[in-house]
Amino acid sequence: METLYAIMDTLLPFEWLSYTFMKNALLAMLLITPLFGLLGTMAVDNKMAFFSDALGHSALTGIAIGVVLGWENQMAAMLIFGILWAVLITYVKHNSKMSADTIISVFSSTSIALGLVVLSRGGAFAKYSSVLVGDVLSITQADLVALALTLAVALIAWLALFNPLMITSINSPLARSRGIRSRLTEYGFTILVAVAVMVSIRWVGVMLINSLLILPAAASRNVARNAAGYMRLSVLISMACGVCGLALSYYLDTSAGAAVVLLCAAVYFATLPLRRK
Amino acid sequence: MIEKIKPLRKSQFAPEDAPQDAQQPACPHPHLPGPDAGCKLCRIEVDKLTVSFGAQTPLKDVSLHIHCGELTALIGTNGAGKTTLLRALLGQIEYTGTIRHLTSDGRPAADLRTGYVPQQLEFDRSSPVTVMDFMAGSLSRRPVFLGVSKKTRERVLAALERTHCAQLADRALGALSGGELQRVLLALALTPQPDLLILDEPVSGVDQNGLETFYQTVDELKRRNHMAILLVSHDLSVVERYADRVVLMQGTVIKQGSPEVVFDSPEFEQVFYAKGGRA
Repeated sequence: METLYAIMDTLLPFEWLSYTFMKNALLAMLLITPLFGLLGTMAVDNKMAFFSDALGHSALTGIAIGVVLGWENQMAAMLIFGILWAVLITYVKHNSKMSADTIISVFSSTSIALGLVVLSRGGAFAKYSSVLVGDVLSITQADLVALALTLAVALIAWLALFNPLMITSINSPLARSRGIRSRLTEYGFTILVAVAVMVSIRWVGVMLINSLLILPAAASRNVARNAAGYMRLSVLISMACGVCGLALSYYLDTSAGAAVVLLCAAVYFATLPLRRK
Repeated sequence: MIEKIKPLRKSQFAPEDAPQDAQQPACPHPHLPGPDAGCKLCRIEVDKLTVSFGAQTPLKDVSLHIHCGELTALIGTNGAGKTTLLRALLGQIEYTGTIRHLTSDGRPAADLRTGYVPQQLEFDRSSPVTVMDFMAGSLSRRPVFLGVSKKTRERVLAALERTHCAQLADRALGALSGGELQRVLLALALTPQPDLLILDEPVSGVDQNGLETFYQTVDELKRRNHMAILLVSHDLSVVERYADRVVLMQGTVIKQGSPEVVFDSPEFEQVFYAKGGRA
């Protein structure tokens, strides 16, 4: 790790990167943003923007459950609950005649309310408010290792999931007629999104995590002409905004997650006129 | 060659149909030349197929045969169970009864390949997926975002060429006209070569010109490749011109036979209200 810091000092001799916590934050950005850039493309294609929003909110309940059970490790509680919640929403969506947005809304509100009820007992919510806006500066080396592992696993899963997901997003019966297990693919993807959201939420914040997933892909869509371009550009926008947003937040002394998302939104609006008619 | 053919079960709704079937050779062209023209599958026998969703039974006791080298058309009003039958044939829903895939000598055909062209494709037309991405993503395991390999690209172009639409390869899928999209979907359904091609109202919303070219291509494929084709269509004039056999459905099969036989039947009149009403 020290070697890595030394390399960063040599290659990036900027004032904002002279602190170790900023170096960690930058490394975290370089791990989180490509992951979100990738997953975002299919979240947008599968019309899952609202779903991922609900998932982000469920992190609150995850933490709450951890607190009730007396778990030291918040992350484990969030991960387990996030995955269960994602699978449950998808299952109900497939097995109910109600429209998807109603179902997601029901789940989303339930998890926020449940999380708030538990966490705000005795006026203790202030302790957890950082989860709402995120704090990328508090990232530790152990967190970085966890993020790197998540990115590696997600990349491998992505290689296997991408084609089936793309075909399923176009037409699910057609995908199934070609031997694609579209339900399984969809569950795999929702779990992947749940894991990505949960490992990043403490740094990005409940309120903004969904924007980080959706905005780079939405901006990339404005410009891209094929699937490969769509993916590359989404990752590129996500990473560039991540790094620039972090630097910006240092100089403006403001929330990093918000600065990153604001930049992503700027790219989205800037590319909007380039949309193919 | 055909001594193992079992006498076909008479359908209670189509008594005139079964003897005719039993007499003719099960597969008229069992050994056509060419790599694509083998006659592994010869016919599909659907016997007493019933589909229930809870208290509803959209399909009850459906018995019919689908033959290679023939275009069988399913007709009927909305809710007659046509699409449900397709989904059962595709193995996408549960059913009772049997669906048997048989070779010319009456043995079970191995590895039935089904090509499927869905009803109007509702998808996000703003998605930056090209025809090449879509085809390559279906035909190859290599993730398309890594780029399409030369070999796969050639395979896709050859597939598109079969339905005369190779020039669409690099267009966005969402920018295609209805007719163009159906040709691309047909090209995909034909790769790899299927034994059974299922067309679910493939050209609804396509202009007259696109419709004619589409069915001419399908007709050509039927003659050349000797595949079984199952078509669901509301366009009775198309059915009359291109179908070899017609199956009239209303929750079950109420009449089947040649287009003339079905179109002139009282059952047809009852379903479509006008005698000989060939829309």
